[in-house]
Amino acid sequence: MSENGFRSYYGRPVIKEPTWTWEIPTYFFTGGLAGASSVLSTTARLTGNERLARTSLYIGAVADIVSPALLISDLGRPERFHHMLRVVKVRSPMNVGSWVLLVSGASSTAAAALELLGRLKRVELLAEAAATLTGPPLATYTGVLIADTAVPVWHEGRHELAWIFAASAAASAGAAACLFVPAREAGPARRLAVAGVLAEGLLMQTMELRLGKLGEVYRQGAAGRLSWAAKGLATAGATLLARRGGRSRAALAAGGALVCAGELCLRWAVFKAGSQSAHDPKYVVEPQRRRVEQRLGRSQTGT
Amino acid sequence: MTVADGWETYADEQQERVGFFTDTSVCIGCKACEVACKEWNAIPEDGLAFTGHSYDNTVQLDANSWRHVAFVEQEQPLRANGDGSTGLRWLMESDVCKHCTHAACLDVCPTGALFRTEFGTVVVQQDVCNGCGYCVPACPFGVLDKRHLAPAPDLPAFAKEDGRVWKCTLCYDRLKGGHEPACAKACPTKSIQFGPLDELRERADARLEKLTAAGADGAQLYGRDPEDGVGGFGAFFLLLDDPEVYGLPPDPVVTTRDLPEMWTNMLAAAAAMLVGVAAAFVGGRS
Repeated sequence: MSENGFRSYYGRPVIKEPTWTWEIPTYFFTGGLAGASSVLSTTARLTGNERLARTSLYIGAVADIVSPALLISDLGRPERFHHMLRVVKVRSPMNVGSWVLLVSGASSTAAAALELLGRLKRVELLAEAAATLTGPPLATYTGVLIADTAVPVWHEGRHELAWIFAASAAASAGAAACLFVPAREAGPARRLAVAGVLAEGLLMQTMELRLGKLGEVYRQGAAGRLSWAAKGLATAGATLLARRGGRSRAALAAGGALVCAGELCLRWAVFKAGSQSAHDPKYVVEPQRRRVEQRLGRSQTGT
Repeated sequence: MTVADGWETYADEQQERVGFFTDTSVCIGCKACEVACKEWNAIPEDGLAFTGHSYDNTVQLDANSWRHVAFVEQEQPLRANGDGSTGLRWLMESDVCKHCTHAACLDVCPTGALFRTEFGTVVVQQDVCNGCGYCVPACPFGVLDKRHLAPAPDLPAFAKEDGRVWKCTLCYDRLKGGHEPACAKACPTKSIQFGPLDELRERADARLEKLTAAGADGAQLYGRDPEDGVGGFGAFFLLLDDPEVYGLPPDPVVTTRDLPEMWTNMLAAAAAMLVGVAAAFVGGRS
């Protein structure tokens, strides 16, 4: 049963692929969008850009309402969703994330509702502050969540994943705001989208290099196609935003839509790469076998 | 005695840590363990298949198979002949949940449904599990899985499928009653041995020594070492070839070992995001 230099049991997977369905990679996008939009909104408010502040506040709130719905829908026993909150457990990124989403989601939707009603200004500010503080963790904990598994391409990407998700979240928050804000107020959103796309491209490249042979998963099958789509869409969108987004409302909106689509594809690419690397025993066995051989070699020279 | 994460919290109620030593050198592939496990734990039938992979039609450990006998067929040189001729070697191994000392499934479970029992074993509480599935890719052995079969009577009427995660409980109910687990009880060759972990380790060492002296080159203990990546298994094995030949990972590591570093990394990324957003406001409104 020696095939390509590693041995396996009838070529069967060693670990299980995630059982998560379409809701989870989609949530990676909406959760990131929600978290980064809260930060964008508050920063815009502090600089007196009310139009951008309000838009991002509403975008964040909508994403914060969609997110738990997606997560609950993915559960095997959806009616037990509140079991996530029966403990506080730092060793479980999903538990930590549930608490973060609860605080962030509640405060951002409360702030948006009060904004809409135009009442209780002080409470709204307080809620916005809470959403701003929990926004960055909300946008990045999902990187830790998937890295904290036995899935080779995720666990070995643990140094970069949270950063990639941070950049992707920032890009999607900026891009989503570009869809609704006129060009003369959209400068910060536009720059955030472009910078996010650039940062994420560099970080993805770094991760693929660091992954070595394992990085090939991002060039194969569904993960490969989604990776290319992500790069193409995000780059086209960012180029459009940088070149023409400052003048043309249409270019601004089109660029924003392209970047958002690219970021959604990116989350899906990471998700699919995980499944693919879990499915093929070579990605599990080969690095582990190498570690064993190295240890044996070292102990032999030691004696 | 290796302390299993969480086991020490039982104080007076703490029992001796128990487990399995599965000696594959005497396994005859009868699958009595699989049957006894299904019977005792009332595990539903999950379809019949013919794989063509030797005698293995169970395929893997999953929500509905908590013991799985692997069958490996190998062409091996016949040493006695010494003329380079070969013969078929048939390896059999009854696989099971490893009840790791440092268990990733237990660590990542967001509801606390997975817990460490007073016997040092790892069990899913079915009335707590909400089927989030996080433990499934966290396990370095691919033991846990979601059950997609018809819902049990204790679930609400609208449930279309069970949706919860199931795995070996090391017969927690039988242990409570002072009995050995069903698979060990049913094993006709004592390939599956149940007992206090310390005792099993001694027994395994003696068995390995005997086999090695008899010339079994590939014989090795798998999961016996408390210093390995998961702190040693509560259910460990004597194998006659490398672990990957049986579909087992050669050097499993508990993923949460790196979690503190991952959290620090995330906080840095989150802070960078705040700075990045602020920086986007330099340069004006349009």
